[in-house]
Amino acid sequence: MSIAQTTEHPYQGSRKLLSGLRKIATSFAVILTTLFGLLVITFIVGRMVPADPVIAVIGDQADQATYDRVFTEMGLDRPLYVQFGHYLTDIAKLDFGQSHVTKNPVASDLARVFPATLELATLATLIGACFGVPLGVLAAVRKGTWVDHVARVVGLLGYSTPIFWLGTIVILVFYAKFGLIPAGGRIDIYNEGLVEGPTNSLLIDSLLAREWDVFWSAMHHVITPALILGYAAMAYLSRMSRSFMLEQLRQEYILTARAKGLGKWPIIWRHAFRNIRVQLLTVVALAYCGLLDGTVLIETVFAWPGLGQYLTSALFFADMNAVLGSVLLIGIISIAINLLSDIVYRFIDPRTR
Amino acid sequence: MTRSGYFNDLHNWLISEDFTSTRQARLHKAYVAWLSLLANPLAFAGFAVVVLLILIATLAPIITLHDPVSQDLTMALKAPSAAHWFGTDEFGRDVYARLVYGARTTLYISILVTVIVAPIGFVIGAMSGYLSGWIDVVLMRITDIFLSFPSLVLALAFSAALGPGIENAVIAIALTVWPPIARLARAETLTFRNADFVVAAELQGAGMWRILLRHIVPLCAPSIVVRLTLNMSSIILTAAGLGFLGLGAQPPMPEWGAMAASGRQYLLDAWWLTTIPGIAILTVSLAFNLLGDGLRDIMDPRNA
Repeated sequence: MSIAQTTEHPYQGSRKLLSGLRKIATSFAVILTTLFGLLVITFIVGRMVPADPVIAVIGDQADQATYDRVFTEMGLDRPLYVQFGHYLTDIAKLDFGQSHVTKNPVASDLARVFPATLELATLATLIGACFGVPLGVLAAVRKGTWVDHVARVVGLLGYSTPIFWLGTIVILVFYAKFGLIPAGGRIDIYNEGLVEGPTNSLLIDSLLAREWDVFWSAMHHVITPALILGYAAMAYLSRMSRSFMLEQLRQEYILTARAKGLGKWPIIWRHAFRNIRVQLLTVVALAYCGLLDGTVLIETVFAWPGLGQYLTSALFFADMNAVLGSVLLIGIISIAINLLSDIVYRFIDPRTR
Repeated sequence: MTRSGYFNDLHNWLISEDFTSTRQARLHKAYVAWLSLLANPLAFAGFAVVVLLILIATLAPIITLHDPVSQDLTMALKAPSAAHWFGTDEFGRDVYARLVYGARTTLYISILVTVIVAPIGFVIGAMSGYLSGWIDVVLMRITDIFLSFPSLVLALAFSAALGPGIENAVIAIALTVWPPIARLARAETLTFRNADFVVAAELQGAGMWRILLRHIVPLCAPSIVVRLTLNMSSIILTAAGLGFLGLGAQPPMPEWGAMAASGRQYLLDAWWLTTIPGIAILTVSLAFNLLGDGLRDIMDPRNA
């Protein structure tokens, strides 16, 4: 089973290469099984739906002969594993079926709505990391002081706040009372469709096209939901970086550095912080995945035309193809983000080389 | 603090470490835990809110004057007043009564989910850690698959498939909550797997279940209880999120998430409809987080 053990190679270099290859092969196998598991889950969920998929296609007025014909055409008379095989082939061809509501193939719907979610979630993760990590580090350094208590309260509130409710209250106060923010959507109506760009992210496309009005309008729309999601991410990241940092500050090398006469902040940033970067990367990836959850709710509140809103409206109309397509996409993105953090981890952590 | 007479004696008996019976030793442990809870004001506040929530849910019919579901359209969307402390909703129902009965829904969901996931998560995790080998690999792979989904999205998919309703919401949430418990139980089991007392029990012929239940469970219990308490908060938030999207408890059953959602249509005229249930969700979920944090400091000093 293990290549490195069976091939007793005299040269250190190629043995290293082999074990590296083995690691890559293992992580690929892990990803493939996870992906397979995801597909099994979405397939099972699709079969659990109480609604009759045949009726959904032909309507309830059709006669029995038509029903039987469509039933056979859809492969529903075949054994489950055959149906699962068909499902896998469809997914491999990026065919998620057709949405009953938009009448488009789900795959093209997803391609249309996904960039908006990516933009929102990425911005929120950046906000969360930029505020959360320094806050957590500071809380660890000043453990037990008021900074630590503030960080703790901020963190716990972020863990406990229902995000859809916070969004609604922010709209009530800052839109309805003060008129400071737009009520929702991605851009003002008179700026819509002005920029067509390569990335489908309005922020980046308008920057590339140097359309400043469009950029500011888009920024104005994205910033409120992004701040709310970013707050949730910040709560998580500040608590994690606090506990990682505390662990490092207890280590003996910190004492050594202090004994050498190194200043306080160089010790914290150049020594301790450098050692938590790898762990932080993993939790930032986890926070990003967690935000995909938050976007489902926050997009509904802010009428943000992304994956989350697409998913919830599909749920509302019992549009199962669209629901399962969205769920699968979110699962795949989560796997991809974790994979990416794993790769970067190997890259920046010298111990894994 | 001054204690007089009987209480002073009781305190001294409980605090003393010269145990004369097993019972005294056990009570001593509980009493010390209670004292450290009292000494941690935030954790105690969380504990108090949780107790209050349970009281409110149990005493709902006694502490409310109005029926939570009967409609009175002449009284629709009235602002908070002496008769209706938190105003009325779009069907003229008393928001205070719905909030109080909503505590039952919240507790029902979170307790049921916890009761379902605790044994499942423990059995999967402990078996995985105890047996190791291919069983461990398979079980942990399955756990990872469930972990790779963001939990609300997975719960959404399941409740979409099962249909809306509170029981289905419970099943859907339970399916997303067990993996972290299993991971924790596995990690805890692994730390005790090769301990001398486990080997001794094995040599005496104890089976896997006896070792797991009699020797491993008591040692894992503190960290699992802490995890479950902290989980309560995320269960409540997920349940509220499902309710908000119309997938949890169905009308007219009072549920905080659904109440906040239906209030959004009247946001500008009736702020209380959305604000008040949201504050209730926030308070309860914060309370479980504070309590869980405090319990971790008390029961599981390793992670403090």
